[in-house]
Amino acid sequence: MTTQNYADLVQADRVHTSLYTCPEIFEVEMRKIFENTWVWVAHESEVPEAGSYKNTFIGKQPVIVVRDRKGEIRVLLNRCRHRCATVCEGKKGKTQSFVCPYHGWAFGLDGSLRSVPYEASYGPEGLDKSKLPLPGLRVESYQGMVFATFRDDLCSLSDWLGPAKKWMDLFMKQGAGFGISVPGEQRFRFPGNWKIQLENTTDAYHFPLVHKSFLTTLDPQALKTFSFMEGDGFVEDLGNGHSVMVMIPELVDLEADLDKIIPDRFRDLADDLRAEGYDDLTVRKIVRAVGGTGFNLNIFPNIACSMAFFRVLRPVSVEETEIHHAVINMKNGPVIANQMRLRLHEYFQGPLGFGTPDDGEAWCRVQAGVHASGKTEEDKWLMVNRGLPIETVGVDGPRSDLTAETGMRAAYRQWQKMMGA
Amino acid sequence: MSFTLQEVTAFLWKEADLLDRKAHDAWLALWEEKGRYIVPIQPDATDFFNILNFANDDHAMRVMRVNRLRSGEAVSTTPPPRTSRLTASIVIEADDGVTVKARAAQHLYEFHKDRARFYASILEYTLTRSGCGDFRIAQKIVRLLNSDDAIASVGYIL
Repeated sequence: MTTQNYADLVQADRVHTSLYTCPEIFEVEMRKIFENTWVWVAHESEVPEAGSYKNTFIGKQPVIVVRDRKGEIRVLLNRCRHRCATVCEGKKGKTQSFVCPYHGWAFGLDGSLRSVPYEASYGPEGLDKSKLPLPGLRVESYQGMVFATFRDDLCSLSDWLGPAKKWMDLFMKQGAGFGISVPGEQRFRFPGNWKIQLENTTDAYHFPLVHKSFLTTLDPQALKTFSFMEGDGFVEDLGNGHSVMVMIPELVDLEADLDKIIPDRFRDLADDLRAEGYDDLTVRKIVRAVGGTGFNLNIFPNIACSMAFFRVLRPVSVEETEIHHAVINMKNGPVIANQMRLRLHEYFQGPLGFGTPDDGEAWCRVQAGVHASGKTEEDKWLMVNRGLPIETVGVDGPRSDLTAETGMRAAYRQWQKMMGA
Repeated sequence: MSFTLQEVTAFLWKEADLLDRKAHDAWLALWEEKGRYIVPIQPDATDFFNILNFANDDHAMRVMRVNRLRSGEAVSTTPPPRTSRLTASIVIEADDGVTVKARAAQHLYEFHKDRARFYASILEYTLTRSGCGDFRIAQKIVRLLNSDDAIASVGYIL
């Protein structure tokens, strides 16, 4: 396929179903999208000290996120320069160095090649070790969120994020003044294309139906908070494929209207925090933080700040995707408040949660149904035109109502730009 | 076989049978009011309150979980998955006459819609004696062997 062919697979109101099923498109996406832009790799709290590491992927390439001895976060290709064995295993951990298990080449935390066993065989001069480090990627971070890119000539992360930054600022108010830490995540896979999950983050339309069994369990106050379909929410295109969906406008700025009445489900927590000696304002801030924000921010291509957690997506193959739901705590914050955050996360998220499995089932159905590609060209498209006729000019881009597919159109416009280039 | 081991074995087999038959009300009745049903993520976890788990249910959450599974409102459990589980290698770790701590292996086979899955776990129980030969569950920890890997949705009680 030519680049023009790729670009033609996205139109203003529709997307071609081959985007979910074509192995060739998937391989090109890994190159033209994941290896060609800023990709989220970690929250800084996941690598707290020198030697702390996390293994992850950029597209299909295994990389190590590690904090070196000087405290700088590095993103290194997880591949020995000698014969390509991975030099780091395990999802997270702590190490002094990266030693290849095959022939013992040893690399420092900054990726530099330190020693090679029996070096004499490379001749009297030995190896020029300075030319053989673990290749490092360009790394930048914003609000503790660490991104990496293979491209040295790409714009700064700050420019790439653009208007998404102010939403990240708002999202981090869940630290309630303590700052944010990410103490763990739930991992699950579904048999479907990665863009199905990408779309879902700004899809409010599915919520009352897919999450009915969750809504049923809520108390009347919480049910009112989560019954946002008739409210003043909206979706806005933030450029570069990013978008924001505001479900609960009064929970956009967690520090606004702190004098409002504390919801029943947080009243025990508030009492316990007061008993621990926190002043009224701090109690109100913490309680707000525990409840999470009222919006989902989708950052193209692989990370979302989703109400009260980070959603990470990892494309595995054209029809398989891995998702991580990373929990957020207040860094060194009150134990009882963090415990409630952990329990609330377990309540909805993850493969045993009351919400995630139903999302997963809906996405499986999309991947199954997309193979019914029919006979005519008309049969081979899926619709992303909801809210298009009523779209207005928002603060940072096109805006439409809460149930609009404006966020999906934002992502697909970026997909088209990168795949068609 | 010690008498305690016989009693515990009978109790765990009864629980396994209730779960495979989806006799959820009877399963809920096996519990202490304050009991916790815990499915950790970290294989070596011991402090289940200050870390993220797949599940850490008190009584209210267990009731809601059961109701969700059978409500017909959740697309992921409609139709419900079918399960068959073997509980074996039961070991009594401690028994002070009131509380028994036991460990067991569980091999669970699941069939849902068009897909079969297998989950192996180590189960850790804290059981309190409730009259002659019967117990209440004070804690059940399900350590999935692949808990720290990516797993698929689990639409039943493990």
